[in-house]
Amino acid sequence: MNLRRLVLALAAPVGAFAFSVGLSSLVLLAVGTSPMEAWTEMLSYGTRLETFVETGNRATQLYLAGVAVAIGFRMNLFNIGVEGQYVLAALLAAAAGAAVDLPPVLHVALIMAVAMAVGSAFAGVAGYLKVARGVHEVISTIMLNAIALAMVGFLLRSWLLDETDTTLNMKTPEIPPSGRFPQINGIVETFTREIGRGRELWGFLLVAIVVGVLFHVFLNRTRAGYDLRATGINPFAAEASGVDPSATVVRAMLLSGAVAGLIGLPEILGDAHKYDLGFTRGLGFAGIAVALVGRNHPGGVAVAAVLFGWLDSAAPILDVVGDTPREIVSILQGVVVLSAVVAYEVVNRIRRAAEARDAAAASGARAPA
Amino acid sequence: MTTSTVHAPTPAVELAGITKRFPGVVANDAVDLRVAEGEIHAVVGENGAGKSTLMKILYGMQAADEGTMTVGGSEVRFSSPSEAIDAGIGMVHQHFMLADQLTVLENVVLGAEPTRRGTIDRAAARRDLEDLGRSYGLDLDPDDHVETLEVGERQRVEIIKVLYRGARVLILDEPTAVLVPQEVEELFRNLRELKARGHTIIFIDHKLEEVLAIADTITVLRQGRTVATVDPSEVTAHQLAELMVGSDLPTPSTEPRADDDHVTLAIRGLSIPAAEGRPALDGIDLEVRRGEIVGVAGVEGNGQGVLVEAILGLREATGGDIALDGESISGWPVRRRREAGLGYVPEDRHRRGLLLDAPLWENAMLGHQTTAPYARGPWIDRRGARDATTDIVADFDVRTPGIDTTARALSGGNQQKLVIGREMAAGPRMLIAAHPTRGIDVGAQAAVWADLRTARADGLAVLLVSADLEELIGLADRLLVMLRGRIVAELDPATTTPMQLGGHMTGASGDGDPS
Ligand SMILES: Nc1ncnc2c1ncn2[C@@H]1O[C@H](COP(=O)(O)OP(=O)(O)OP(=O)(O)O)[C@@H](O)[C@H]1O
Ligand SMILES: [Mg+2]
Repeated sequence: MNLRRLVLALAAPVGAFAFSVGLSSLVLLAVGTSPMEAWTEMLSYGTRLETFVETGNRATQLYLAGVAVAIGFRMNLFNIGVEGQYVLAALLAAAAGAAVDLPPVLHVALIMAVAMAVGSAFAGVAGYLKVARGVHEVISTIMLNAIALAMVGFLLRSWLLDETDTTLNMKTPEIPPSGRFPQINGIVETFTREIGRGRELWGFLLVAIVVGVLFHVFLNRTRAGYDLRATGINPFAAEASGVDPSATVVRAMLLSGAVAGLIGLPEILGDAHKYDLGFTRGLGFAGIAVALVGRNHPGGVAVAAVLFGWLDSAAPILDVVGDTPREIVSILQGVVVLSAVVAYEVVNRIRRAAEARDAAAASGARAPA
Repeated sequence: MTTSTVHAPTPAVELAGITKRFPGVVANDAVDLRVAEGEIHAVVGENGAGKSTLMKILYGMQAADEGTMTVGGSEVRFSSPSEAIDAGIGMVHQHFMLADQLTVLENVVLGAEPTRRGTIDRAAARRDLEDLGRSYGLDLDPDDHVETLEVGERQRVEIIKVLYRGARVLILDEPTAVLVPQEVEELFRNLRELKARGHTIIFIDHKLEEVLAIADTITVLRQGRTVATVDPSEVTAHQLAELMVGSDLPTPSTEPRADDDHVTLAIRGLSIPAAEGRPALDGIDLEVRRGEIVGVAGVEGNGQGVLVEAILGLREATGGDIALDGESISGWPVRRRREAGLGYVPEDRHRRGLLLDAPLWENAMLGHQTTAPYARGPWIDRRGARDATTDIVADFDVRTPGIDTTARALSGGNQQKLVIGREMAAGPRMLIAAHPTRGIDVGAQAAVWADLRTARADGLAVLLVSADLEELIGLADRLLVMLRGRIVAELDPATTTPMQLGGHMTGASGDGDPS
């Protein structure tokens, strides 16, 4: 019974993935390359320990992005602005981290607090506009994205630039060692061989796990989480039950923005130690896909983040060998999102039918009279 | 009295051995239903007996697990409502499915538009609609916006919509639940007219007098099985109740109330300006004392709904004051009012009362999610909530496979019982109940009435809005009549008949109407 539940829960994403691989293979055939070769290359490259480390790093960021989006989705709020929120937060947090000198743990805590506050405040603007001015959050967050990205360029050039730097790479000053997050290769290496030089598994992975657990606890164990879910299921009934619709919208946006603020930190704290032009963008939009595939569930989003993270990490090999364009992986990810949505519906029906058959088998199991 | 009257050789609809299972429940267990051509056939039975499920199967909304369906002599198998429509079967749901912003005409043709060279032929549609209306005596203005219509009129739109699609067999799920007696009369006139023109009608109803007044044949379901098919001329309402729920027909009644002058709810000059053409509130004054049930009568859409939402805090009033136990609550948010002991049974349980896709235990805490036993500090008390839900399900006879079932999977009446149960279980000081027994069977109705009486004896104040005049007269200590946003009459239930009350409600009896 529980086994079947598990199988069914996995059936949708697995089915969607298989379908996507099939469709991408057709695309590859159409452009005249061999799909078999491409997938074999990706698999053999993708199962190396170093790629797994890469996957873990990527998934950490994608997971935070997915959770940020999912918080909004859970009450039918579409925070498209995660992108702008995290980039701006990363810049300001990196600059703040370089500007102060604090003892180790405090230093990291301060950087995280700044990032969360910036993300939260920026998302809060969209929340405010929705409840006070009736501006739909999709419109406002898309515009806020443009504003955030323009602000990043402006701030970096005019205020936050590292004056001592002589290269052309525009960057903020380096964060001192006390403000860095340690790598956790050691934990992995107790189970495996030594990880190749230059590869580090970012310790921020642990923070992402904590965020996931907190998200689960918040949703399912707290009154505020219940109010949020209730609003998502039926806003009219929620309102009659005493949920203040405006306050809930603002609260959800603030929370979503706070998590969004963390997305850039694994990279800044674990690797770059500064904000520069090489900073990874686009994770906010990827987070929407991850949340959709993960059905806005703390666990589901994690699975989706790992899947997308692995695809991202294994794709570069396609540039090196054979003549498969690596963009096939983007196509694959896109198809996964679409087919996952369809697959969830199909699996839902199968589950209903199966449960009904059970009911029949246990016949005499009539409505309790 | 269990007859097997031999009707016309080919029945309009024949269902044989229909079985439908849901998780943990057999909703239909080899049900047989035989509906003769041109008759009005009532389907009755307790909550959860499987009536709606059977009708949804006939209408192609759900597939039966077993059994056969025959329409007009040939066997059919529908996989969607559009196939049922093609076979001449139409259904009017209890929750109307109309687009508020569109006109009557647009609603009727929606999805079945007559086209001429690719564009909608409005002239033809209008002609068809007017023909239909005239020939069936279904009075409607095609250009009215649906949002301005009253319930009875909306129902007529639904019926015309079904006829417009060429239905010969009409299914109506609890059509009278939302109507006041005058509107019921009107509906029945329409149904007789349809019958006279050879249509076949199947309808579900919990009010047995109505069933006896209009049906040609009655089929009784119980726990998913057909237990009897009877001829209304051969049974009484009491016998019918016996067949349905195995107990006698209850009548609402109360003992005289104890003297208690404490005013629990006091409303002074409450006003809300009219919006969207619906009457709002205009200077409402009313008091409900401790241990008193004040009934509010009125044709739906005359301000009762607005009044209820204003008391709860869902609507902001522009004038006047609301006080609970002497303290003004006008500026309080909904949550504070509810925490102060305001219970609420909404008129539309799907819209305001339930999280249909959440499990029962999460529905039981809705509206009480900040207080024990459902919460402890900022945390949800899962154990407490689940235990409380188990108690509610047992005490209020909510028929369900378990408390993890979603609210959507309950039958209409059982959803209603859950809502009543959670409000009563919370021990409110003041209960605002809109149509508390809407859609629940006679057995459960008796239980709800008894619960209200007991709570009243313990000092509960109740504002009871209802379309069921017997219920109002039987339960209330005082009766108020609302018309166009005002209280136009105060009546003593002991000396008022349903007919008189109905007169006040429509403004027909000139004496209590100041306008
Ligand atoms: N979608 C569903 N999923 C699971 N169970 C369902 C579903 N729909 C109905 N049921 C169950 O099937 C049984 C019959 O329900 P149905 O709605 O047909 O009752 P009903 O006779 O119309 O009752 P009521 O008078 O309360 O409307 C109930 O036990 C109900 O819980
Ligand atoms: Mg029903």
